[in-house]
Amino acid sequence: MGIKKFALGLALSASLFAVGAAKATDLEVTHWWTSGGEAAAVAEFAKAVNASGDKWVDGAIAGSGSVARPIIISRILGGNPMAATQLNPGKDADDLIKAGLLEDITDVATAGDWAHILRPASQLASCTVDGKVYCVPVNLHSGQWMWTNRKVYEDAGLKPPQNWNEMVAAAPALQAKGIQPLSLSQGWPVGLLVNDVVVALAGVDNFVKVYKDRDLAIAGGPEFAKVYQALDTVRKFVPADKMVPQWNEAIGLVIQGKAGANIMGDWAGGEFQVAKMVAGKDYDCLPGLGVTPVLDTGGDVFYFPKNKDPAVTAAQKKMAATLVTKEVQVAFNLKKGSLPMRADVDLSAANDCMKKGLAILDHSKAVFPGTIQMIDRDSLNQIDDLNTAFMADPTMTAAAAQAKFVDIIKKAPK
Amino acid sequence: MMLIVLGVFVGGTAWTVLFSFTNIKIVPIFTPSEWINGFVGTANYDRLFHTDRWMECPALSHIGQADWQLQCRGALPNVVTYAVLSIILSISIGFLLAVFMDQKVRLEGMFRTIYLYPFALSFIVTGHVWAWILSPEYGLQGSIRQLGWTSFSFGWIADRQMVMYAIVIAGIWQGSGFVMALMLAGLRGIDDEIWKAAKIDGISTWRTYLQIVLPMMKPVMVTTFVIVSSGAVRIYDLVVAITDGGPGISSDVPTRYIYQNFSANLGQSLAASTCMLVAMAFILIPWIRMEFGKKG
Repeated sequence: MGIKKFALGLALSASLFAVGAAKATDLEVTHWWTSGGEAAAVAEFAKAVNASGDKWVDGAIAGSGSVARPIIISRILGGNPMAATQLNPGKDADDLIKAGLLEDITDVATAGDWAHILRPASQLASCTVDGKVYCVPVNLHSGQWMWTNRKVYEDAGLKPPQNWNEMVAAAPALQAKGIQPLSLSQGWPVGLLVNDVVVALAGVDNFVKVYKDRDLAIAGGPEFAKVYQALDTVRKFVPADKMVPQWNEAIGLVIQGKAGANIMGDWAGGEFQVAKMVAGKDYDCLPGLGVTPVLDTGGDVFYFPKNKDPAVTAAQKKMAATLVTKEVQVAFNLKKGSLPMRADVDLSAANDCMKKGLAILDHSKAVFPGTIQMIDRDSLNQIDDLNTAFMADPTMTAAAAQAKFVDIIKKAPK
Repeated sequence: MMLIVLGVFVGGTAWTVLFSFTNIKIVPIFTPSEWINGFVGTANYDRLFHTDRWMECPALSHIGQADWQLQCRGALPNVVTYAVLSIILSISIGFLLAVFMDQKVRLEGMFRTIYLYPFALSFIVTGHVWAWILSPEYGLQGSIRQLGWTSFSFGWIADRQMVMYAIVIAGIWQGSGFVMALMLAGLRGIDDEIWKAAKIDGISTWRTYLQIVLPMMKPVMVTTFVIVSSGAVRIYDLVVAITDGGPGISSDVPTRYIYQNFSANLGQSLAASTCMLVAMAFILIPWIRMEFGKKG
């Protein structure tokens, strides 16, 4: 090859590269939204990002957050970061921020006036470390819902329960007919149920006092004794061999009428919708288990790991701004079954459950922080382990479990 | 070569051990100054052995009371149960299979392939298959009940006390063929003259196996033991596929504990890893001494 030809080739490839850089930037986005409704919601994000001129490269990780989280974190730590990733807000990401591995997107937040348009404030606050914004909140999820199949209760000659205590009271009649009063699946749904029971029976104030302020007197007191007695009831309703492997199977049992009730987050609403059931007519959704109508403010957020390529950094910031625009928020949250971050969007298409959720959200006092915003993942894991063991082990008494719970809270780092 | 050995193998292991004495959470640290800042002594080990999920034993102070019995629960006792049973059973079953193959059976090649086949499957596949077989609803119990024997009960994987034994069954199913292959090679290495001599002396076949052939196979036996037991100690995928630690946490194993702590509390994870390294050392050191010690 002559030197001229070589130079020409070099120039040509350089110009090609230049054109390539000016064109769409590939943004690899990792997340763990793989169920039917979730995938449809993610597709809305992808559409919006592609429309903004970049290219969404989907990096879905099958399984739940507990499967995906270690993979995502190890990729960031390993120096092979994706362009953007789902991660729960809270103390999870704090260590990564401290290590300087996540992109600071304060300029995008300031330009978009996030502080005023996004609510509740706690969500943006958990994205903010030392006054700098590191993630974009995209929705609000709440886990405090009890789902009941009205037909199951009506067939047994009962009034469909409107709260936890009525559900427990109705249990013997269902059991006599061979129907499970409550369905439950293994793994994280056990932890979710425990939290819901805590919030409903011990109350929001006590919940925050124990998890955030580490009030050991309350953790060991009668309020939390009620909680562990309620869990004792649950494990009698659902012995180990009746637990199903996945949360949607547990919801499926309610839909099929094989179980009366299930406790699950708002994402369960999608399953009822797929089954063509109507909220308030075929099934009830009871926020705060019908006892204490409150919702936590956990939600999904996207972080942007630091990248060496400036084109990627620019595209990351553009993506952050895109995700909170009105149109994208509506399209995404309607499919996801979650609540939008902005109050100024049109949600006329929303169903009853979502409207109930929005009504609670408007009275923001009834909204409280999620556990990961108050206590570290390590302690949460230990609490999960304790509750999982308690639910499957009839030899452990409620009092013994409560004592162990107090111990974990006592040892949790402030 | 030396550099790789020192850096990757010794270095990695040393890092694990050293930093198990620090309070690192999710971001790994590497420098000596960070090690000094984060040093917490044996706190991670202290917590590890006070965690029910790792090991929970009845209080020693209650020895002698009526209801006291030595029964530990948790990830560590589980892996001991699994290792002891699967090592003993898969080596004995594998040896018997090898003896059977050694009888100049017809279609030996076919049998050998069939026995070895489970070993070609990954533990995840083995685990899922056995999860179905052992499932009380859909598996063995369900199908036998459908045949009419309605009182038949085989719900080990939903039973806290029996679940580890269910996992042992799957482990043996997978590993016995491999042991057989090793043992068969050992048996084939025995000189025919020895068999002839035993025949002439009128020693029965099974006594020849037990008292002459078996002692001669000591090197093969030891190698098999090391391979099988190191596999048993780091059991992970099989448990994840069959029960994922359930019911509750009653079939948890150390590797699962290590993995789950990896993204929440690295210090805990490393402390648990170090315990497993010590366990491996107990298995490997006698073997290393036996294999390489005699030259010196």
